[in-house]
Amino acid sequence: MNLNLTMLGQMIAFAIFVWFSWKFVWPPLMKAIEDRQKSVADGLAAAEKGKQELAIADRKSNEALAEARSRAGEILAQAERRAAQIVEEAKSAAKVEGDRIIAGAKAETQQETSRAKEQLRDQVAALAVAGAEKILRREVDAKAHADLLDQLKREF
Amino acid sequence: MASEAHEITSTTYISHHLEFFKKSVGEGSFWTLHVDTIVMSVLLGIIGLGLLWLASRKATSGVPGKWQAFCELAIDFVDGQVKDVFHGNRRFIGPLALTVFVWVLLMNAMDFLPVDVTGKVTHAFADRWRLVPTADVNTTFALALSVFGLMIFYSIKVKGLGGWIHELFCSPFGGNPLLWIPNFLLNIIEYLSKPLSHSLRLFGNMYAGELIFLLLGLLASTSILGTLIAGILGAGWAIFHILIVVLQAFIFMMLTAVYLAMAHEHH
Repeated sequence: MNLNLTMLGQMIAFAIFVWFSWKFVWPPLMKAIEDRQKSVADGLAAAEKGKQELAIADRKSNEALAEARSRAGEILAQAERRAAQIVEEAKSAAKVEGDRIIAGAKAETQQETSRAKEQLRDQVAALAVAGAEKILRREVDAKAHADLLDQLKREF
Repeated sequence: MASEAHEITSTTYISHHLEFFKKSVGEGSFWTLHVDTIVMSVLLGIIGLGLLWLASRKATSGVPGKWQAFCELAIDFVDGQVKDVFHGNRRFIGPLALTVFVWVLLMNAMDFLPVDVTGKVTHAFADRWRLVPTADVNTTFALALSVFGLMIFYSIKVKGLGGWIHELFCSPFGGNPLLWIPNFLLNIIEYLSKPLSHSLRLFGNMYAGELIFLLLGLLASTSILGTLIAGILGAGWAIFHILIVVLQAFIFMMLTAVYLAMAHEHH
């Protein structure tokens, strides 16, 4: 056990090794470790954020879906009501139109009847006059008895 | 070892394996280099840091490769340990602790190599070759004294030269002038004990581990039964030694961090 120049040599070697490790070995590896730690932490935070965002989006979509459903129901009910109303309106309009057509037809019929009656009356009167004329060819003077004939016609 | 011509006794076997490959570069015993220690430690340092550098060169913050993941594990482990004891900027203390841990671990791990097998290789270029650089006090003292120097440096940097000297005389007992001398003596003892215990703990563990392997090698040479027993015991010791190798590297790293953390504290 004797200390000699070897110790000095070993100190120099040690100093060089420490310097090398200090300058070239430690910093890149430490930086890689720290960068990775940071990126892992960032990734975890992003995943957590994504999860929260997904939950929020899920809730929102559910809300939108529920709203759409209720809105659709509302629209459907409204449409049904409207359809019933339209049918009702159509029905009443048709009824009014029908009534009107019936009334018109009735009036026309009446008119037609009265005209027919008038014609019939005229024709009967003419026939009666003609009959009477034939019977009373000689005795009856159309001019002298015009008043009488008119009265007769009116009676028909 | 077998290449020696003269007869091998227990003493020569052990002492042969505890001899360094020395190279004298000047007058006096100080000017000697342990070539084996320096070559082994520098080689291991280059391998260890080179492998780490391989990962850091292509480091990506995306999906890491297997090797990068392993290196990140090591860095994260060291950084976590340092963070527990040292509350401050770890930009330098972190890599320092990592270097200490990786380097000391690899140097300690050389203890697993069977000395008489590697001897066949090393004897090709050297008569003596010790494999475990941390079983050389020069290595452990070099590390501990470097840490000691950093400790003084950080003490002065954090507290200022005046603050540091004030602390030397006025803590732990208080600022009374009568207590200056006891305070100072206690601080000197503390400062001396730190690098001593730091380095000798590692050295002692690795040296003892090496010695036990040598003793088992000696037992193996006695007879076939001895070889069998030594093989079993050697396996057991090697398994137990895995714990010691890692533990001592860990303790050395932790003490480095703790000492430097203490240097940052105000008393």
